[in-house]
Amino acid sequence: MAQKNIAGHTVDVDAEGYLTRPEQWNRAIAEALAQELNLQLTDAHWKVIEFLQSDYRERGTVPGMRRLNKVGGFATKDLYALFPDGPIKKAALIAGLPKPASCV
Amino acid sequence: MKELLILGAGTAGTIMANKLRGCLPAAEWRIRVVDEAADHFYQPGFLFLPFGLYTDRDVVRPRSRFLPRGVEFVQAAVDRIEPDRRRVRLADGLELPYDVLLIATGTRPVPGQVEGMTNGDWRRRVHEFYTFEGARALQASLRDWRGGRLVVHVSEMPIKCPVAPLEFAFLADWWLTTQGLRDKTELVYVTPLSGAFTKPIASQVLSGLLDRKRIRVVTDFAVARVDNERHALVSWDERDVPYDLLVTVPPNLGADMIERSGLGDEMNYVPTERHTLRARGHENIFVIGDAADVPTSKAGSVAHFEAEVLTENVLAHICGEPLSERFDGHANCFIESGFGKGFLLDFNYQLEPVPGRFPFPRLGPLALLGESRLNHWGKLAFKWIYWHVLLRGWPIPFVDHRMSLAGKQIPAGALKAEMAG
Ligand SMILES: Cc1cc2nc3c(=O)[nH]c(=O)nc-3n(C[C@H](O)[C@H](O)[C@H](O)COP(=O)(O)OP(=O)(O)OC[C@H]3O[C@@H](n4cnc5c(N)ncnc54)[C@H](O)[C@@H]3O)c2cc1C
Repeated sequence: MAQKNIAGHTVDVDAEGYLTRPEQWNRAIAEALAQELNLQLTDAHWKVIEFLQSDYRERGTVPGMRRLNKVGGFATKDLYALFPDGPIKKAALIAGLPKPASCV
Repeated sequence: MKELLILGAGTAGTIMANKLRGCLPAAEWRIRVVDEAADHFYQPGFLFLPFGLYTDRDVVRPRSRFLPRGVEFVQAAVDRIEPDRRRVRLADGLELPYDVLLIATGTRPVPGQVEGMTNGDWRRRVHEFYTFEGARALQASLRDWRGGRLVVHVSEMPIKCPVAPLEFAFLADWWLTTQGLRDKTELVYVTPLSGAFTKPIASQVLSGLLDRKRIRVVTDFAVARVDNERHALVSWDERDVPYDLLVTVPPNLGADMIERSGLGDEMNYVPTERHTLRARGHENIFVIGDAADVPTSKAGSVAHFEAEVLTENVLAHICGEPLSERFDGHANCFIESGFGKGFLLDFNYQLEPVPGRFPFPRLGPLALLGESRLNHWGKLAFKWIYWHVLLRGWPIPFVDHRMSLAGKQIPAGALKAEMAG
C-alpha cells in the first residue's frame, strides 16, 4: 500500500491515487487533490463532493450517473463542466472515496 | 383462500409459478400471474435472429403453454403496487389483493433515454437486438449490408446479459467473413467500461479475443447523444464515433410500474436483500430475476438459481419460519465467440469468472473461461433446456444453485470475503 504526502498530511492511497482510508480525508487534502487535477474547488464542486460522501456513507458504494441525476439533482452536462472528462472518477478521488465501479 | 400473486410471466415468473404450484395446496392458495404480453420470448435467441441463425419459431411461444394447471394467467399491464393496502392495481382499474407478492417484471431497453437515439436513423441505421422487433429489424438491415463502419455499442451499465453485445461483435465478425464482407467492414466496439467486460480476469481474456478478431475497442465512452445528421455517437467529453450501422444496447431500466409504486432505486430496480431475496422493508414482497438490485449479472441462469432459493424462502415465510435459504449470486453464462466456438463463465458474489472445468473438476467436459467447440454446443443446447426444463422449474442435472469452487483455478486474492446483507 502506497503512501502520499499531501497538504501536510500523510495518507494511504491505492495505485491510482484514491485514498484507501476515508477517515484520513479532510478539506485541505481535497483542495490539494483538486489542484493536482487542475481544478479550483467552488461551492458547486463541494455540493457534488458532499453528496458523494453522504451517499457513500448511506449505501457503501460511490453513486453512478443516474443516481447523481435523479437523487442528487445534478445534470450530467453540469458535472462534466465541473469535473471535465471523468466527473465521477475525479469527484470521488477528491472526496477521498474508492474508485467508482461506474465508468465516468 | 390465500393469494399468491406473481407480477411478470417472463423467465423468473414462469419458473416460480411452476415451482410453487407444486408445493402450495390448491385448496388453500390461489396463484395468479400477471403479464401484459401474451407471448413468451426466449431472449437469448435475439442474439442469433439478426444473423438468420434462428427464426421466429425458435424464440416466441404462447405464454400459457408454460404455466401449469392451477395457475391463473391474467393478461394485463400492472399500473402499480400498493404495499400498504396489499393490493396491485391493473391498468384497467381492476385490483388484485395478495398475501404474498413476487415481483418478476424484469428490465427492458429504453432507447428514449439517450438524446437522438430514436430520431431519423432509428431502425434504419441505428438498431438494437434486445427486443424481438429490434432483432428482426436488424436482420433486415444486415441483409442489405455491403460494407462500411459497423459499430457495436453499450450505452451504460448495468444491462441484462452483459456479455451479449460482445457476443454480437464476435458473431458479426464470423458472419461478415462468411459473406465475404469482413474486409469491407470496419468493426468497432464502444463501451462505457474501461475494458471489454465488467470482471477483470474475464475482461483480459475477452480483450485479447477482440484484438485477434480485428475489432477496434473504444473504452470509457459515456454517450451523450446520437447525431443523426453526421451519423455519429457523441460522448459527454466530446469524442465522436461515426457509424454506417450502429447496433446499440440502449440503457436498461426496470418497469415504470416500480417507479410509480415508489419501490425502486434510480434505475427502477427493487432494493432486495441479496441472500434471502426479500424486498427490503417489505415483509410480504419478494423479488426475483432482473427486477432485483442484487449485485450479480442479470441473466436467465441467475433467475433459475434464485428460484430454488426463493421457493424455500416463500414456503418458510408462509409457515412463519426464518428465511434460511441463501442465494450466493451464482451466474452461469455461455459466450458465443463465433466460428462454432464459445466460452463459459461461472461466478457469484464472491468470485469473478476464472479458468477451470465445468461442471466436474478435471473432467469438465466444459471449459471455463477458455474457448471450445463444446461450449458453443452448450449455448445452442440451452435453448432446448430453456423451453423444456428451465421454465418448468426443474433442476438442471449436476448444476447446483450454490456455485461450486471445485474445478476452478483461483488466483490469489480473487476470492472475496462474504458480503453482508
Ligand atoms: C439479447 C439477449 C441475450 C441474452 N442471453 C442470455 C443468455 O445467454 N443466458 C442467460 O442466462 N440470459 C440471457 N439473457 C437474459 C435473460 O433473458 C433475462 O435475464 C431473463 O429473461 C430475466 O428474466 P425475468 O423474468 O427477470 O425478466 P423477463 O423474462 O424479461 O420477464 C419480465 C416480464 O414482465 C412483464 N412486465 C414488465 N412490466 C410489466 C407490467 N407493468 N405489467 C405487466 N407485465 C409486465 C414483461 O412483459 C415480461 O414478460 C439475454 C437477454 C437478452 C436481451
